Amino acid sequence: MSSSFRGNPAFKGREDVITNYYEIFHLPFVIYHLLFILMPSICLYFQVHQPMRVKKYRIFDVGTDHDYFNDTGESNLNNKKILRKVADKSYLPANKLLLKLLKKYPELRLSYSFSGVFLEQLKDQLPHVLGSFRDLVKTGQVEILNETYYHSLAFFYSRAEFESQVNMHKDLIWKLFKVESEVFRNTELAYNNDLAMWADSKGYKGILAEGWDSFLGWRSPNFVYQPTGTKKIKLLLKNYKLSDDIAFRFSEKSWKEWPLTADKFARWVDAINGNGQIVNLFMDYETFGEHQWKEQGIFGFLEHLPSEILKHQDNNFVTPSEAVKKYPAMDEVDVPGVVTWADTERDLSAWVGNSIQSSALTLLYKMEKKILDTGNPKIIQDWRRLQTSDHFYYMCTKWFSDGDVHKYFNPYESPYDAFISYMSALSDLKLRTKATRKRRVKNV
Amino acid sequence: MNPRVLMIGWELPPFNSGGLGEACLGLAKALSKKGVKITFVLPQKVDINVDFMDVVFADIEDSLKMMLSSYVTYSEWAKQFGTDGKNINPFDFLGGALEYAEKIGKIARRCNFDLVHSHDWLTFPAGIVAKKLSNKPFVTHVHQTEMDRTGGHNLNPIVYNIEKVGMEKADKVISVSQFTKNILVNNYAIDPNKITVVHNGIEEISRKRLPPALAAMKKLNYKLVLFLGRITLMKGPEYFVRAAKTVLEHRPKTIFVVVGSGDMQEQMMAEAGNLGIMDNFLFTGFLRGEEKNRIWQSADLFVIPSVSEPFGITALESIANGTPVLLSKQSGVAEVLSHVLKVDFWDTDEMANKIISVLAYPSLKKVLKQESSKELPLINWDKSADKCIGIYRSIQENHGF
Repeated sequence: MSSSFRGNPAFKGREDVITNYYEIFHLPFVIYHLLFILMPSICLYFQVHQPMRVKKYRIFDVGTDHDYFNDTGESNLNNKKILRKVADKSYLPANKLLLKLLKKYPELRLSYSFSGVFLEQLKDQLPHVLGSFRDLVKTGQVEILNETYYHSLAFFYSRAEFESQVNMHKDLIWKLFKVESEVFRNTELAYNNDLAMWADSKGYKGILAEGWDSFLGWRSPNFVYQPTGTKKIKLLLKNYKLSDDIAFRFSEKSWKEWPLTADKFARWVDAINGNGQIVNLFMDYETFGEHQWKEQGIFGFLEHLPSEILKHQDNNFVTPSEAVKKYPAMDEVDVPGVVTWADTERDLSAWVGNSIQSSALTLLYKMEKKILDTGNPKIIQDWRRLQTSDHFYYMCTKWFSDGDVHKYFNPYESPYDAFISYMSALSDLKLRTKATRKRRVKNV
Repeated sequence: MNPRVLMIGWELPPFNSGGLGEACLGLAKALSKKGVKITFVLPQKVDINVDFMDVVFADIEDSLKMMLSSYVTYSEWAKQFGTDGKNINPFDFLGGALEYAEKIGKIARRCNFDLVHSHDWLTFPAGIVAKKLSNKPFVTHVHQTEMDRTGGHNLNPIVYNIEKVGMEKADKVISVSQFTKNILVNNYAIDPNKITVVHNGIEEISRKRLPPALAAMKKLNYKLVLFLGRITLMKGPEYFVRAAKTVLEHRPKTIFVVVGSGDMQEQMMAEAGNLGIMDNFLFTGFLRGEEKNRIWQSADLFVIPSVSEPFGITALESIANGTPVLLSKQSGVAEVLSHVLKVDFWDTDEMANKIISVLAYPSLKKVLKQESSKELPLINWDKSADKCIGIYRSIQENHGF
């Protein structure tokens, strides 16, 4: 539900532009490659996230019902139901297959970023699914990235809140997996220079972003870069063409490359030979079994991918932290404005593009001080759960009439219904905050 | 070659009682622009001035007022003309439609045309006669059914039968929405393959800004919620009153403006009185033109709580006036509009929830207004005309033209 799948319609008719990208050889690159002829490393990163969707919450519920996320009906607002469904269709079969592959191919490397809200839900409801993720991590071939616990856009609204959530996430990852992350990725791959500088100052070795043309220009995403204004940190950029071939186009019968097989895909990767060092394939984990269905052969594709890639003996797999150790930064990349992995615009407009979204976000972060001052863990938790980016995505009005991916991923009847439930829940939270403060004043 | 159409209507603006006349004019104009030659038949002579098609009159003898008023339920009509219950004959209600059928022969013999296109039950008998006499294909266009008007209770069996026979005799049936098509299939047993949905359009996509109405109230920070239309069963006025009651419990500074008249007006007022909220109601009676649009533009939200609304052109007019819309899901126009609020007409709590939200959050009102105005240009008569021409062509092919 998070994710890169959102950009899907973006690419229709843009294939030419995208291929041109790889045909551009710039002199320094050519020289470099004459010196170091290397086949590319493959870096796989999967995003795993499920939000706590706000139930149909009406104005009449304000002041009486404080459970915003506990829909138990048949609708897609029932978080437990969705988690179970996605676990059965995607997480469990994908984990099972990947565990088998990790054992079969000791060279295989994977990385995951789990949102805290997702892990929390797994721990409570489907501990065996959490166990299956743990089994993957135990192989030692799997890396976990760091992000905000609540899959939020806090970086752009409150630095203090953002840092709290990053620390909460670190703690959770340590608690559940006993590992520490050296690489950071922000919600929706939302990235700019400021974020890179922040991550650099916190000692991260690497950071992830979309390999978007607007700032790359003629440069290829298949190298490691250094963000402007940073000292040490390196930037890994998503190869959106190859990533989206799997994540978006895999089942699209009108696509001229359909059906996509693992050997065909491996040939495309091999073709980068001499024109790049690393191919970053970043996508939602739900690609496997939920966005692309088992019936369309996505698991068969995944099963054969490692062997096809490794057929070429120079190819290899790396985790993000291995990638930044292995390869030098080729150039500096300057991203003053925010770039994300969504839609044709690759900006934040899917979350903050209209007035209902921005008014909800403004109200939410305006409450920060009063919420934290309550010291009430339940109030603070609810406020943070309401920060998850998906809530604002559901209020997106772009293309709502066309019935595209936005509609597909919206569990509400319309962006307006999403907004109305959200704002009523926020009103209730405000009342609770006031009530707690009053009680405290009384006690003093 | 472009087909020549004998179009049988009941009314045209400005001599119209409601949406039927507007819809016929919009469609006929767009068809003419695309080269379809239309002879438009009206039951009686009126002073109409259109240059894009021939208008002919069947010269039937009923009073104009009585004729125009036939386009309501029988009980509503009877109330209007037979208050003492004596000087009224139930067949007078149907008289206009039947006399129309008698008089159409003269016109059908005189005019050259390739097919007959009839709008709603009042014109169906005439359409059937014209088809018989000319042996030309026949299209019936359904804008509203007896099921909509009566909510399925106490429907007039003769009207229902005229509708059913009209559709059965037709070579093709046009319905103004999928919603209506479902009624035709489920309640009239018409073959779904015979029915094509052609949504209505709108000509004027933005209305001139007018000086605000009810400015004094707005100055006192009252919000205005509008009901506009005939106050009759199918428009769901009682649901509006019930939702108003709930809204006022949360937002007392709200005025509910009711524009229009109809057989349920007294009942609506009584209901508001019983609930103790009459002070927050404003009944303006029937309004036209600028007066109507001024109130429309001043309203914060336009609510259509219809129980059964084949299309609902007022939703589009509201958007043209810059006022966001809350629409019952039991309306055809909901099929072509995304950027409106939607609700089941019986769910008055949800109706109130949404009304309160629009009044409470300016950003919601703003985005609804912005986004819906972008949808309006896509809902035009040109599109409807193209679909109609497609239907004409398919019939002509089947008739071996």
